[in-house]
Amino acid sequence: MGVWIMAGVTLREAARKKMLWMALAAGGAFLVLFGTGLHFQAKDFAEHGMSPVLRREISFTMVTMGLYAVDLLAVLMTILTSIDTLSGEIASGTIQAIATKPIPRWQLLLGKWLGFSGMLSGYIAIMVVGVNALTYVMAGVTARHLARGLSLMWMESIVLLSVTFAFATYFSTLTTGVLTLGLHGLAFLGGWIEQFGAMTQTSRAVNVGVIASILMPSEALWRRAAFEMQSPLANAMRISPFSTLSIPSMAMVFYAVLYLAIALTIAILRFSQRDL
Amino acid sequence: MEMTRSSDFAIRTRRLRKVFSGKVAVRNLTLDVPRGEVFGFLGPNGAGKSTSVKMMLGLVFPTSGEAAILGRPVGDVKTRSRVGFLPEHFRFYDWLTPVELLKLHGRLYGMSPARLRERIPILLELVGLMPHSNKRLRDFSKGMLQRIGLAQALLNEPDLIFLDEPTSGLDPVGRRLVRDIIKAQRDRGATVLLNSHLLGEVEVTCNRVAFIKDGEVVETRQLNDEIDDQTMVSIRAAHVTAEVARGLSRWSLSVCANGERLTLSVSSGAVVPEIVHYLVANGAEIYEVTPRRRSLEERFLEIVGKDGGL
Repeated sequence: MGVWIMAGVTLREAARKKMLWMALAAGGAFLVLFGTGLHFQAKDFAEHGMSPVLRREISFTMVTMGLYAVDLLAVLMTILTSIDTLSGEIASGTIQAIATKPIPRWQLLLGKWLGFSGMLSGYIAIMVVGVNALTYVMAGVTARHLARGLSLMWMESIVLLSVTFAFATYFSTLTTGVLTLGLHGLAFLGGWIEQFGAMTQTSRAVNVGVIASILMPSEALWRRAAFEMQSPLANAMRISPFSTLSIPSMAMVFYAVLYLAIALTIAILRFSQRDL
Repeated sequence: MEMTRSSDFAIRTRRLRKVFSGKVAVRNLTLDVPRGEVFGFLGPNGAGKSTSVKMMLGLVFPTSGEAAILGRPVGDVKTRSRVGFLPEHFRFYDWLTPVELLKLHGRLYGMSPARLRERIPILLELVGLMPHSNKRLRDFSKGMLQRIGLAQALLNEPDLIFLDEPTSGLDPVGRRLVRDIIKAQRDRGATVLLNSHLLGEVEVTCNRVAFIKDGEVVETRQLNDEIDDQTMVSIRAAHVTAEVARGLSRWSLSVCANGERLTLSVSSGAVVPEIVHYLVANGAEIYEVTPRRRSLEERFLEIVGKDGGL
C-alpha cells in the first residue's frame, strides 16, 4: 500500500512542479523539429526522383537518428528528474516526517522508484512512438523491431534510474548527478572505442569497450536497440553512424537486467539502514 | 528484578549511544518516560537532544544500547501508527496544500478516508489554518508551517507525541496555542516528549524534565513535586556576623552573603523556621524571609554552565 501512495505522490509532484509538462513540451518541440526536417527530406526525395531503395535507407537512417536523439533526451531526463528525490529530501529533512510513518522504508523507496519509472516509461513511449509515427506518415517506414528497440531503450532509462537511486542513498544530489552522468559518459566513450576497435579489428580496444559496458551497461543497451531497429541493409553494410559495428550480445542485455536489480537492491538496503 | 514493566513506559532507553564518524553525539542515554506524562527534554545546543529523539523514532540507528517506545522495540513499524512527530525543521512537499498534506500523511498512517474527512477540518481549525486550507505550503510562513506540522503530528490521535522545538517559529499567540494543545493531549492520556529551549514554556507544560548534557542525562526532575528539594531562601537581616553566616552551612550547601542579603540553597522548605530561629538566637534582626523554588532556568544554567555548553 505504501508503495502505491509514494508512487502516486512522485507522479503528482512531477505534474505539480511542472516537470512533467515541461518534459512533454520539450519532447513536443523535438517532434515538431524532427517532423519538419523529415518533411523537407521527403519533399526533396520526390523532386529528385531518388531510387526507392536509397530513399528507404535514408528514411531508415532518419528514424534511427530521431531515436538516437530521443535516447539522449531520455538519459538526461532520467538523471535530471530523479537525482534530487532521495538525497534532496534526506538533506532537507523532508523525509523525516514520512519515514516515521508506519510504512517500511523499502516501500518508500520502491514507491518513488515506481513513480519515476512510470513517468519515464510514458515519456519514452510517447517520444519513440511519436518519431515512428512521423516517419511512417511522411516516409512510410518505421523502426524494424520497434517493440524490442523500445524495450531496450526503456531498460536503459530504468538502469540509469536505479543507479541514480543507489548513489543518492550514499551521496548528495550534486555528487549523485556527477557520478551517474560520469558513469554513463564512460559507457558512452567505451561504446565508441569498441566501435573503432571493431572497425580496425583491434580486439584489445573492443575489450576496453566491453569492460566499460560491464561497469555501466546503459550505452550497450542503446547499441543493441539501434541494431534491432535499423534496416537489415544498414546492419549488414555497417554504414550507420549509430553504431552497429560491434553488437552487444543478448548476454549483455541479461547482464543489464542483473545490474539493474543489483542497483535497486543496493538502494533499498542502504536506504533501510542509513540514518535519516 | 525490576519492578516496572517496559510497557508502563511510553519511552524507555538503555545506554543509547550514537557516534557520527568518530564524533560522539549521544554518549549514554538512559531514560524512562512514564505513560501519560508531558516530559521535557532540556539541554544546550549540541547536547544530543535531536539525535536522541531521532533514535527513539527509528530515524537514526544507535551505535549501541537499546530503546523501546510504547512497550515495543524501536523500529517496530506497526507501533509508528500510534506515534506523532513534529520534526525540528518542519519541511514538507511545498507544492501541496494543507489539506493535501494531511491527506497524504493520513494515508501513510493507514487512516480511512472517512476518518480523514472527519479529522482534517478539526485539526485545521485547531491550529488556526482553516482560512489558508487551499494555499500551497510554499506560500506559508515559518509559523504557519509549524502549525501544519503540529496538525500532522496529531492527525492519528497518537498515544505518544514527539515535539521537537514546536514553538521556535511561533509568535506568543502560537506559543499559547501549543501550550493548550499539549495540555489537551495530556488530558486525553497521551504522552508528550517536548524538546524545547524555552524553559519557561517547559516549566508550565511539563510534569517532568530531563537535563541532558554531552549526550547524557545529568538530572531528571519532577516539576510538580511536593517534596521540594530545590528551594532557595532569600533573607534580609542585619547584624549577621561572618561566623553566624558560616553557621548556616549546616542547612545549606551554598550560602551567599551580600550586605544584608543572604541567599541560601536548602534541601527543603521545612528547614526555614529553624534557620530563622538560629539567626534570631544569634542576635540577627530579620526584615524579610522569602523562600522560593529555583527556576528551571537557574537549574539549567547550573547544570550546563553559563557558556551554554558550547
